[in-house]
Amino acid sequence: MLKVTDLSVSYNKINAVRNASFEVNSGEIVSLIGSNGAGKTTTLKTISGLLKAKSGSIQYNGEELLGRSPSRIVRDGIVHVPEGRQVFDKLTVRENLDMGGYTVRDRRQIEDAMEYVFTLFPRLKERQSQLAGSLSGGEQQMLAIGRALISGPQLLLLDEPSLGLAPLVVEKVFDVIRNLKKEGKTILLVEQNAADSLAISDRAYIMASGEIVLSGTGSEVASDNDVRNIYLGGEESWSSLLEN
Amino acid sequence: MVFFVGELISALKLGSIYALVAIGYSIVYSIMGMINFAHGELLMIATYALWVFMNMGIGFWPGSFLAIALTVCAGILIERIAYRPIRNDGESVQIISSLAVSIFLESMCRAIFNASGKALIIPAYFSKTFKILQTNVSVIDLVTFILAIGMTAAVSIFLKKAKIGKAMRAVEDNPTASDLMGIDRDKVIMAAFAIGSLLAAIAGILYSGKYTSFNYDMGFMLGVKAFIAAVLGGLGSIYGAVLGSYLMAVLEVFFAGYLPDSITAYQTVFVFMVLIVVLLVRPEGILGSSVKRS
Amino acid sequence: MRYTYVRENPVFRFLFVVLIPLAILAYVHFGTDPYYETVFVLFLVNIIPCAALNLTNGITGIFSLGQAAFMALGAYISSLLTLEPKTKFAYMPQIPEWLGNAHFPFWAAMLAACVITSLIAVVIGFTILRAKGHYLAVITLGMVIVVKSLLDNASNLTNGSRGISGMEKYTTMPVALLCVIITLYVLYRIRISAFGRSMIALRDDEDAAASLGIRHLQIRLLSFVVSAFFAAAGGCLWAHLERVIAPSLFYFDETFTILEMSVIGGMATLSGAIPGAAILTFIPQVLADLSNGFTIFGITVPKISGLSSIVMSIVFILVIIFRRGGVTGNSEYIVESMFSLDTYTGLFRKSTYADLKQSLLNIGKRNRQPANEESVKEDRK
Repeated sequence: MLKVTDLSVSYNKINAVRNASFEVNSGEIVSLIGSNGAGKTTTLKTISGLLKAKSGSIQYNGEELLGRSPSRIVRDGIVHVPEGRQVFDKLTVRENLDMGGYTVRDRRQIEDAMEYVFTLFPRLKERQSQLAGSLSGGEQQMLAIGRALISGPQLLLLDEPSLGLAPLVVEKVFDVIRNLKKEGKTILLVEQNAADSLAISDRAYIMASGEIVLSGTGSEVASDNDVRNIYLGGEESWSSLLEN
Repeated sequence: MVFFVGELISALKLGSIYALVAIGYSIVYSIMGMINFAHGELLMIATYALWVFMNMGIGFWPGSFLAIALTVCAGILIERIAYRPIRNDGESVQIISSLAVSIFLESMCRAIFNASGKALIIPAYFSKTFKILQTNVSVIDLVTFILAIGMTAAVSIFLKKAKIGKAMRAVEDNPTASDLMGIDRDKVIMAAFAIGSLLAAIAGILYSGKYTSFNYDMGFMLGVKAFIAAVLGGLGSIYGAVLGSYLMAVLEVFFAGYLPDSITAYQTVFVFMVLIVVLLVRPEGILGSSVKRS
Repeated sequence: MRYTYVRENPVFRFLFVVLIPLAILAYVHFGTDPYYETVFVLFLVNIIPCAALNLTNGITGIFSLGQAAFMALGAYISSLLTLEPKTKFAYMPQIPEWLGNAHFPFWAAMLAACVITSLIAVVIGFTILRAKGHYLAVITLGMVIVVKSLLDNASNLTNGSRGISGMEKYTTMPVALLCVIITLYVLYRIRISAFGRSMIALRDDEDAAASLGIRHLQIRLLSFVVSAFFAAAGGCLWAHLERVIAPSLFYFDETFTILEMSVIGGMATLSGAIPGAAILTFIPQVLADLSNGFTIFGITVPKISGLSSIVMSIVFILVIIFRRGGVTGNSEYIVESMFSLDTYTGLFRKSTYADLKQSLLNIGKRNRQPANEESVKEDRK
């Protein structure tokens, strides 16, 4: 469905992504895992058209995405849920969802999608006339995901959906992601929280300083020694931390 | 008492003109973070356009609609030509560009219509007067006030209900997220300029209709004062712009009305003192939230 | 010292930045019509407030539109001091006795005007320089409006909107030239001093500059006050050139003319003031003749009033969109060449001429040579 080939992006004069290649097949959850500054967010921003690539290609259902505007990419069926949620604080929950459907011309379709989001997140229905800025972190994350669903995307790009949330809420977020997969959505998930994301992923790629260094199925990657040590809090890294 | 009511009524009509202009500054600022110094020139464009149309024998009402439409097109065109290429550049570049547009429009106007004052002959029923608390009020004053309040309400409903209005608020709130929703920022900015120009055009016609004689430089100073009013009320909030406009008009009119003539001459000095004090004491204005734009 | 390129060579610098301009000015001064001389002197006078404006707007990044206000102060203060007492009493019978009787030599009047204006700028700057960007632009524009309003209304001192005339024509070519050289020299020394570097640091990244311990209010104030000082000097020279001053002469038109000079010439450099002032002084003169209507290829172009301001505003917009740096870009070549000692001492070294010969010979080969060099530079990046 999405095929990224030899993608290089520079951002603030730094080569943030270097020759990255990976693939997301229809109906999969694919994780992109790496530490802070590994180039994961830059990769997502390039897919969604916010950043320009230096070289490489991004193909979506066989069509080249590079060079398309963000709004065109949304219409193509790819929606990016940004890191830090980025809901419209000063708009109500309902207006936020409305904006999620900005590219949709058919009012009925928006209403239906909104109903669907409300069944997924009943909490949002209760609070639909509240300002988004007044929601809790977890609710804002639900809103951000819900907002992205309104335009009926095929592929969701989720950037750090668990960031800054309480463990219980994180669990809920991952439940939601699993549900979305069941509904037939394809998901590219960027996470620092490797343990949880690997557990729900079909496949995963590890990114380090702008390059893809490892790939495999979720369990393969999770059982890799280096990955365990670095990203899954293996004993060695703890002990080395303690020694220092 | 009669004097007081009279002064208050002049303040309300002046404030109404300011409000129509200040809302335009406010909307454009909240979406682009830029002050359009050429905004005042839109009043001039509307007024001259109406003057030309009426001289061509087109009546006041159809002429006004044409003039307003023309001004809206001019506002959109200005954004397209002079502001879009520099949208992401520093503030000083934006200031220079909008000043350049302002100078260009004024000098074009002077070249075409020369520098002498012109008069707009508005239908006679506008000058009819009636009494409120023993004070004469003319129809056009009332129309000005009603239009200012009505347009404010219309704009705020538009921002609340219309799809593009909501998108305008979304862009103001979080430009990056609005890109990700597929909101077309060019279109939103165009809408902001269109609304601003519409209100400015109405203000221009009301202003020149009221003060009858106008000149090529009528818009600049009025624009600067309306900008100060918008700052006073809080840039970025339309209610702030309206509140600031009436407040400034009250200050200005009462300053002139109640102080001895030897000081009255310094009215403009006083206006800028107000601006400086506001900026020092409460830079975000009365209703503004202290949002910092990057 | 080796000079690879012709433009770096002291001989070239001396010739094109010092000798030829001086020769042109000398020719105009001694050889031509007084009308042309006045235009050239006006050009020199314009350089001064414009270079001063570049210090604030381009180098320090505090965008001021208030230069005309300081010019007005300089013009009025100096004129009140140089005018014959009896002229003053004729214009303004109410003028305070001491001021009416004051009669200063030109240079003293000019210095007094600059110092007083700077003191005023200290007070104003202290209150307004906390504001930034658009706000500061409007406030400084307000300064112009306020000063005009004060001059219009304080008729006891200024003869109101009718203005004052009858000053001696002290601003001759040598006087103007000397003032331009002093102005550019002082501004250049500031520009390359630690203060100048702080100004640029502030402009480029205020937060970073603050973290380096640069006190931004002080630096901004210094820049603003120095700029006001030279704007006043410009106003004083202008008054004693045109010999008539009125509040309306220091209003929006003047504000925008100086701003156009600054931007078109190149706001980020002091050098920009020179081409900027030249373009905004000479081209309107040419256009003024054209705007009376003329016939070209059988087509009669009618009289267009204000043609030059239309043309200049279009140039202004084009420069901002397509060549942000103006004529000079970011190059301080002109002023640097004027004041670097090497331009003069280099003339007395034999090697300079050898280098010149070599680099002139190289021009032919240049197509290949520098291309390689540039690619080397690229690689290093």
